Amino acid sequence: MSEPAMDSLYQQVILDHYRKPRNKGEMADASVGIHMANPTCGDEVHLYLQVEDGQIRDMCFTGQGCSISQASISMMTTLVKGKPLDEGLALAERFTAMMHGDEDAAEDRSLKNLRALQGVSKFPVRIKCALLGFDALQEAAKKLDES
Amino acid sequence: MSRLDSPPVQDLAARWRDHYPALQQEVNGHPLTYLDNAATTQKPQVVLDALLSYYRNDNANVHRGIHELSRRATEGFEGARSTVATFLDAPSAREIIFTRGTTEAINLVASSWGNANVMEGDEIVLSVLEHHSNLVPWQLLAARTGARLRYLELDEEGRLRLDMLPELLNERTRMVAVNHVSNSLGTLNPVAEIARAAHEVGALILVDGAQAVPHLSVDVQALGCDFYAFSGHKVGGPTGIGALWGREALLDAMPPYQGGGEMISVVERQESSWAKLPHKFEAGTPHIAGAIALAAALDFTRMVGPDEILAHEQALVAYAMEGMAQLDGMTVYGPRSPQERSGVISFNLGDAHPHDVSTILDSRGVAIRAGHHCCQLVMRHLGVAATSRASFYLYNTREDVDRLLQGLEQVQSIFGTEAAV
Repeated sequence: MSEPAMDSLYQQVILDHYRKPRNKGEMADASVGIHMANPTCGDEVHLYLQVEDGQIRDMCFTGQGCSISQASISMMTTLVKGKPLDEGLALAERFTAMMHGDEDAAEDRSLKNLRALQGVSKFPVRIKCALLGFDALQEAAKKLDES
Repeated sequence: MSRLDSPPVQDLAARWRDHYPALQQEVNGHPLTYLDNAATTQKPQVVLDALLSYYRNDNANVHRGIHELSRRATEGFEGARSTVATFLDAPSAREIIFTRGTTEAINLVASSWGNANVMEGDEIVLSVLEHHSNLVPWQLLAARTGARLRYLELDEEGRLRLDMLPELLNERTRMVAVNHVSNSLGTLNPVAEIARAAHEVGALILVDGAQAVPHLSVDVQALGCDFYAFSGHKVGGPTGIGALWGREALLDAMPPYQGGGEMISVVERQESSWAKLPHKFEAGTPHIAGAIALAAALDFTRMVGPDEILAHEQALVAYAMEGMAQLDGMTVYGPRSPQERSGVISFNLGDAHPHDVSTILDSRGVAIRAGHHCCQLVMRHLGVAATSRASFYLYNTREDVDRLLQGLEQVQSIFGTEAAV
């Protein structure tokens, strides 16, 4: 594996979101809060959603971990905040497919800058880092559904 | 130390490296640079041969059959026990119990000895530097019995605060359980001194030797400890085999850990009597091949020379720390003097997360460990979530260190040297 492979993995947009995460913070009046972690590596996220009439009105997170996990969560919040929850879940499916090597999903412009994480799909041990945020979003939707 | 002197370092690796088939490969287009030896070591050919030869030629159950193969298997297995006893300078092979590894050995003592000897209000002294395997079994014991766990803290260089011993030890202390060498920071701990202090108050001491046996001479009698545990796979042996040494009188008085075949004398309908040491603690068919291959690994280690191995690793640590000190944003944890460490270096580089460091190094064929190293108390003490850890063994070279340093330069070029987030 050559150095360019590393450059495609660690793109500037990823390092930018790692260093300056968007929508980072806690939420007192969240409709739902989810904590998820990868116990083997220690990546973790608390994801907070404010959902009204099926719309994600507000969304933020706290967490710690590697650049891939934290950038992925940050980019996810910028993409799905303000959208219908169903659309957020559809994007979660597209992103998960991209992480598992689906090339059509990787071409899907609706994923916006999250496509910068496509390179992670070539690093099997890091895929779970990239998926942490969307996994939390899916869990949050389940929890809302049950309540 | 310059990058050119200290020839003995190169000599040891040059002499023995070819014995390790797994090191002769490329990873991601680069020669494998294996620096994850504190997690597990690669295996010399003699160990692979011992495993295969047992299964090809001598495979039979031990202590049971009255036939030739069973005789050979028993001889190999009990011979391995003697090899372990000799390696640890134990008074008797009867005091060597084969286990799955260090973790099972500590669980054996915490369960068998602990249940019989620890009562509510008793105290067990541990250290913040322990691996989870020397914490959780004692936490389980404390939960069962109502005993209290107390902790030796660390100083700013990751050394045990021995000055705390007088306040921690008292007539309620039943057990002191500490590691001989730290897996997360590499600290060499003064076990003999702790053993003396423990015995002064009538407590016992168990030593977790998982990171010591591969790297230095161990003499359980000189250390003055009561139990000593280690794993085979960290000393070039197979996974799934390790040993517990304990003083015979203590082991004799302890109830069995698990019940089953091999550990009994007479079995009746309602109760049974136990086999003598060491078999009382070895229920079921043991890892015969593993024990025999572990003995091969220990023989190999003795041939190389434990003192030479430690000197070799300390020279590599000194060389690596010198190179790492040139990198902006580098934080190295643990003792500053290589003489106070085994071959372990835990570090963080700028705000690059250890998993990112590990991925970048892996793309260059350099294998390190990233994470909490089963030492969450140490991470909390350091105030970090995780560290990167490079750990050396007898086959590592200065070229391995150079490749590590070059990889870290690439981490810098990708992440820059910004302060931690």
